[in-house]
Amino acid sequence: MRDHAVNPVIAELRERIERLEGGAIRTRAVLPFGVSVIDGRLPGGGLVLGALHEVAGGGNGAIDGAAAALFAAGIAARTNGKVLWCMTRADLFAPALAQVGLLPGRVIYVEAGDEKTLFSCVEEGLRHGGLGAVVGELARLSMTASRRLQLAAEGSGTIGIAIRRWRRQTEASDFGQPTASVTRWRVSVLPSTPLPVPGVGRARWLLELIRARAGESADFEVEACDAKGRIALPSDVVDGSPQKEIGRRFASA
Amino acid sequence: MGDASPPPEAPLVLIGRQQRRRSVVAVDRAAQAAGLRVGMPATKAQALVSGLVVMDANPAADLEALERLALWALQRYAPIVAADPPDGLVIDTTGADHLHGGEELMLSGMVNRFFHSGITARAAVADTLGAAHAGARFRAAPTLVVPPDGHASLLHGLPIAALRLDNAVTDALRVLGFKTIGDVASQPRAPLALRFGPELGRRIDQAMGRVAEPIDPLRTPDLIEVRRAFGEPIGAAETIARYTARLVDQLCRALEEKALGARRVDLLFQRVDNSYQAIRAGTATPVRDVKGLTRLLTDRIETIDPGFGIEIMSLTATIAEPLVARQVISSLVEEPEADVSGLIDIIGNRIGERRLYRVAPVASDVPERSVTRVAPMTADNGETWPSHWPRPTRLLPHPEPIETIALLPDHPPVNFTWRGVRRRVRRADGPERVFGEWWKRDAELAAVRDYFQVEDDAGERYWIFRAGDGEHGETGSQKWFLHGIFG
Repeated sequence: MRDHAVNPVIAELRERIERLEGGAIRTRAVLPFGVSVIDGRLPGGGLVLGALHEVAGGGNGAIDGAAAALFAAGIAARTNGKVLWCMTRADLFAPALAQVGLLPGRVIYVEAGDEKTLFSCVEEGLRHGGLGAVVGELARLSMTASRRLQLAAEGSGTIGIAIRRWRRQTEASDFGQPTASVTRWRVSVLPSTPLPVPGVGRARWLLELIRARAGESADFEVEACDAKGRIALPSDVVDGSPQKEIGRRFASA
Repeated sequence: MGDASPPPEAPLVLIGRQQRRRSVVAVDRAAQAAGLRVGMPATKAQALVSGLVVMDANPAADLEALERLALWALQRYAPIVAADPPDGLVIDTTGADHLHGGEELMLSGMVNRFFHSGITARAAVADTLGAAHAGARFRAAPTLVVPPDGHASLLHGLPIAALRLDNAVTDALRVLGFKTIGDVASQPRAPLALRFGPELGRRIDQAMGRVAEPIDPLRTPDLIEVRRAFGEPIGAAETIARYTARLVDQLCRALEEKALGARRVDLLFQRVDNSYQAIRAGTATPVRDVKGLTRLLTDRIETIDPGFGIEIMSLTATIAEPLVARQVISSLVEEPEADVSGLIDIIGNRIGERRLYRVAPVASDVPERSVTRVAPMTADNGETWPSHWPRPTRLLPHPEPIETIALLPDHPPVNFTWRGVRRRVRRADGPERVFGEWWKRDAELAAVRDYFQVEDDAGERYWIFRAGDGEHGETGSQKWFLHGIFG
């Protein structure tokens, strides 16, 4: 959430600076989601390429970061070039990434011993410029640290995605702290798309755009990444709220 | 020796000439069991054991083999390695152990590698060369890690023979009643020095770390090396960086003459106190790129302690591989994929090569076996996993047991309890039956896992399996496990 300064003068100045910065960014290349409802909310019509974006999981996802990782993989899959995936806990299952279009030949994994090394690897990757995307699974991300990553990304034009993943639920409140990332997302799992037969349909997420520089925050209910890494709006949501539907339908084999 | 070699079970001794008599210099295990010892006259050994295989010792060839071994260790483990005749290798592992998974793992790995090439080795790591030398020979079984500052207590309990002294001195000390190094070390130094010379005190001090003991690093003419000696010792980081760049430039030119590229380079600093400091850098592909190599080396200048100054810097291409210029076909339409080998080298040198990897598919239905780690620069053959079954984003390192209520044989659970939280299953998909790979382990002959994707009330999706087919006891314990979390 945007933190409103107490002093209205400072708030106004901040807004002006943001507008200036936003203007500089708008000229850069963006990676659209291909979903007009989401792209319309993002300044420039998509995720800015040379910038840092933050993704966290909601609920239990703050610890396992499964949906957040898949969301990041979907974005990375739609870039060109190799992807550097930095983490401290090596529990990512590569076949799942391949199922959202991020093929094993494209991903280079870095298993860092601690957060500090991890951070330096992410920064190095962002500075290099030859990569398609750099993904880092970080627990802590201070203002200074995120600013460094943001500057590195701006310099090279590589998209940086910080998956915020914590060891304990209580640490997840860290996500409210201000950082220099351009957008901040929270991905929470929702019951999957109902099927006419018993089974689990396409996964659904509640995608919360918590912060967008020079943009407004918004919530979307989306269907999870397909084999090409694209998210989609569920057909039943286009017309109205799906919540009452889900209560009635349940299938368990 | 090939076919002419004696059978391994026959007792074998090597005979050497000591002054004017021929005596045994080495015995194998069978000969040792038969009662033969090093130092026995050759004739006595032959008289004691019938069918003894006797061969002449060849110290020159032994030394050569030891140097080859040292070269291998140099290429594999650390930049400062020396042969320690007649039977040892000295490796300065400062700053190298973490790349091999820690000291413990590095030593056991080393001993294993030697074992597979037919050498029974013992290894020890300690603060001082003397302590490691003694530990490897008298305490290692077969490896020993002496904790920092633990070398003094180790040495106190070791026999005098561990001190690397002349046999005559060791024997004389034993006659005087000294048994352990501790006994000698606690004696006043002057009378001992008067009787045995300065060597005894020096060895004790070296082992205890009171006197520096420089290792003379192995250098062979096979490796391409450039060096620079300074008139005045240098010490500032900027100066070191400047000369590093010059040395790299020279090395790259030397490599180019031979059409080679460096895979591993060692930058050695010889300080005025005759000790060495080193930086090692490795690359994922052979390179001759001056800028990149300089960056890799200068990245870690802060790890170098110049002491009172550096006198000589030498840069060696420890591992070099052929690198010839290739013509690249450019299509003009598609943008060529950027080369990331420079980045991989930088990160790889920072965190260790093993922690930087790519994942490649393996043809196996067992999830944890379907992935393997390969080097990051391995050519991509475009292979991927079959995509007709869902796979979880996070795979737990070990499947965790869950408590379930489920209908047998092929229904998913109605609910399950994982990590103390009970979840009701709203939707489920499965089973996906995975059979054990009997060609890998006998225990998997009948093993079966039935995987289900389940979704709870909140929409969280998990990957659970039952060990067994739900009907036959031999297929598994019929217990349920949670193995992964879907995104």
